[in-house]
Amino acid sequence: MTDRTEAPAAVEVPPADEQGRVEQAASATASPRLGGRLSEVRNLGLVGVLVILAIVGVATTDGAFLTRSNLLNILVSASIIGVVTVGMTFVIIGGGIDLSVGALVALSSVWATTLATQDYGPVVMVLCALLVGMGAGLVNGVLIAYGRLVAFIVTLAMLVSARGLAQSLSDRRTQLVTVDAINDIATTEVLGIPLLVYLFAAVIAVGWVVLNRTTFGRRTFAVGGNPEAARLAGIDVRRHTALLYVVSGLCCGIAAVMIMARTTTGSSTHGDLYELDAIAAVIIGGTLLTGGRGTLIGSILGVLVFTTITNLFVLNNLPTEVQNIAKGLIIVAAVLLQRRSRASSP
Amino acid sequence: MTDLRPAGFDRRRFLAVGGVVGAGALLAACTSNDTGEATNDNSQVATGSNDNAAPGTKVTIGFSGPQSDHGWIAAISKNAADSAKRFSDVTFEPVEATNEVTRQISSVETLIDKKVGALVILPFDGKALTAVARKAMDAGIPVVNLDREFDTPQAYRTLIKGDNYGMGVAAATYIGEQMKSKGVANPVIVEIAGIDSLQLTQDRSRGFAETLAKYGFNVTARQAAQFTVESGQQVTANLLQAQRKIDAVWNHDDDQGVGVLAAINQANRSEFIMVGGAGSANAMRLIKEDKGVLKATVTYSPSMASSAISLARLIAQNKGLSDLVEKQVPKSITLASETITKENVDQYLSLGFES
Repeated sequence: MTDRTEAPAAVEVPPADEQGRVEQAASATASPRLGGRLSEVRNLGLVGVLVILAIVGVATTDGAFLTRSNLLNILVSASIIGVVTVGMTFVIIGGGIDLSVGALVALSSVWATTLATQDYGPVVMVLCALLVGMGAGLVNGVLIAYGRLVAFIVTLAMLVSARGLAQSLSDRRTQLVTVDAINDIATTEVLGIPLLVYLFAAVIAVGWVVLNRTTFGRRTFAVGGNPEAARLAGIDVRRHTALLYVVSGLCCGIAAVMIMARTTTGSSTHGDLYELDAIAAVIIGGTLLTGGRGTLIGSILGVLVFTTITNLFVLNNLPTEVQNIAKGLIIVAAVLLQRRSRASSP
Repeated sequence: MTDLRPAGFDRRRFLAVGGVVGAGALLAACTSNDTGEATNDNSQVATGSNDNAAPGTKVTIGFSGPQSDHGWIAAISKNAADSAKRFSDVTFEPVEATNEVTRQISSVETLIDKKVGALVILPFDGKALTAVARKAMDAGIPVVNLDREFDTPQAYRTLIKGDNYGMGVAAATYIGEQMKSKGVANPVIVEIAGIDSLQLTQDRSRGFAETLAKYGFNVTARQAAQFTVESGQQVTANLLQAQRKIDAVWNHDDDQGVGVLAAINQANRSEFIMVGGAGSANAMRLIKEDKGVLKATVTYSPSMASSAISLARLIAQNKGLSDLVEKQVPKSITLASETITKENVDQYLSLGFES
């Protein structure tokens, strides 16, 4: 907290998000150098990166970047990993980590597309994906919260075993979705915008409200910031921790339905390295890995940065290796930029 | 104020537990992939209608392959096992499939210690498995090297592999001829490759580019899709944005092709022709239907695993290929990559593998 330079600001209007309020409260009690306007400049670094990427896109792609269909394509591409990132943001703000998200997407997609499940129709398939995600998340949460195991280890174990289970259920085959209602999710457009984008927006909206406008959200910040203080304040820390992993699992289930629609398949190879992409997006979005601080909007901007990079590279016909190198550099650059804008803000 | 419920009854908890049990029951019912059909009608095995099919000396054939991460490798393992079952004189001894070279080396060593009659090895990495294959050969166990080649010919008795370069040639020839007959002078050709770091992907791309050059064409855009459906979808969705009008697409692998086709459908594009790779049953069905952009696929058939078992058996029994004059099985066999189109798809349907 010592690197903050802002003077205590007027507090008539509380900041919109919980992170801002946490900082404001901290500034009122602990440090005279911390203020509430911080959250407004928090994401400037990422917005800056997005603007730079857009300029690069316009300059290098001969008009292919700045078209309606390409921008929608970027949003649709971001939607699946974006939903996973929403869940990840909750877990990390709550002081945990979930390495199993990619494997849970794979497992949910496979479980929901077995021939037996497809026989029951689209509703059961969706329910199945959500239940599998939440169930696996619950196992994570219970082991971490009540079994007092380290989140890193538990979710790592879940990563391995969920993917293993996905492989054994599917016999390592790609399972084609023959139920049209599921495949239609990816092709349906409402008012010219794909349904997947609405789904993505809805998950963000619900996530934002829960994180910033409910007791659940406030408890998440409290549990992540200082679990002992949260416990003394009367929060059931263990139950809350367990629930955070269920939220993450639920997001994986939703993402699994989206990926089933988008690829018309369920497969144990789905969601490969999602855990890394999601964690990277959350971190460059300004959320602390140690918990207690972070914003959902930052995470979403992080996802958009990565998706835009991928898009730009394919538009420019550059190979995957270069793309990975650039991604790494941009993670570092974004974090540096963010720290500068934080330090130099008035 | 009388509460007739038993002490400790909590409706919320009861509902929660009931819900969990119900959800568990629902999920348990959803794990089956059984089609209800007999699974033993695989016809990717040798028909065996000649003298060599007659039972000979008993042979134990050891089999080691990589862990299957997509349909093609799954079909390899299945074909090897099914093919061995057809021979009454063959005992099939597979070892656990793995993608770790050290584990594959030690499992091959186990087979050497068991003194099997012949070995069929599809190495995860040909270079890394060369030493242990030589050890087997030195111990007098003939090795049939399946698809991914060892470093030296001394490490195998017979090599049977697909033709990756030839796949590229076949795909480029089909696309070249189609473009010529349509009179497209300067076609936009898109290539969706597998994993760039693999030799097989490089060979396929080289064959494709060199053959297109003969027609005076070149590849406009090329991206790798990591052999997964998800990546195939993602890469294609972006490629379609980059190229407003495409004339032809070659996708290296029919497994990832499911994602490629999903992206094409979602973008409502149909102005081009697409050629697949490997020859999955799904791709063949689509070619037969002839409703979408997929017009052809070039084979890289996992039926080679069945042939490898047959070869291992013949080598161990000291027999040659009966249609050839030579008394012994040849040192190496490279399968031709065939082009499957609507015209000839019927004769290939039985060779297609389920992705």
